[in-house]
Amino acid sequence: MTLGPMDWLLVALGGALGGMARLAVTELTGLWWGRAFPWGTLVVNLSGTLGIGMLAALVGWPEGGAAAWGFLAVGVLGGFTTVSSFSLQTLTLFQEGRHGTAMVNIVATLVPGVALAGLGWRVMGGGA
Amino acid sequence: MTGWRGYLSVGLGSGLGASLRLLVAQGAWTLWGSAFVWGTLVVNLLGSWLIAAFAARASHRITGRAARWQPFLVAGFCGGFTTFSLFGLETFYLLNTGHPWLALSHGVGSVPLWLGAAWLGQRAGTPH
Repeated sequence: MTLGPMDWLLVALGGALGGMARLAVTELTGLWWGRAFPWGTLVVNLSGTLGIGMLAALVGWPEGGAAAWGFLAVGVLGGFTTVSSFSLQTLTLFQEGRHGTAMVNIVATLVPGVALAGLGWRVMGGGA
Repeated sequence: MTGWRGYLSVGLGSGLGASLRLLVAQGAWTLWGSAFVWGTLVVNLLGSWLIAAFAARASHRITGRAARWQPFLVAGFCGGFTTFSLFGLETFYLLNTGHPWLALSHGVGSVPLWLGAAWLGQRAGTPH
């Protein structure tokens, strides 16, 4: 894995765009659906896995498409989705005694997350 | 709503986080011959620890530096450093390439590890 300055720049730029888009989604879902449940994190993570599944099939992941993959997958979608917020929000739900909501958040993130990556992959013609 | 300064802070933090994630992937590649799964697990554990440590620290200092740096550090850096999209794609890939048990243990096993890392970070960030 040899990386040039262009690879770093694309990932940094993509990561910045993805992070700002995540902030916008978090703010909008907070306005629409409230902040009792971490909707924003759920929405970015589920749409992000669908997107990365599609992209993986398009560029021939894990082997192909280094520049496009670096910018769009590692950068934009990597920065758009987040595990750190998910961990903190789920831990907080448990600590507030909202165990059921915490478990719902875990299952609603994990199961559709993997399934949507697979769906994106299949839709774009990825192999079995 | 977040103003343009907030978006800029999050964008800068997220771009930096994504670049450091690439650095970790490169390190995982050098150490283990593949960035697959391990690189993603490392960033997600570190990022979960860090976000909880920042949040715990900031909750005890409502004003001042810790609060001012929140958008850059939390939604920005931690959000861009960690990634759910690659985690979902890698779990699907294990499933799709005939490793259902590996996929299951990776998918389900990662969550308590992330939450445990966040819990440790919270303890580390809470002043004694």
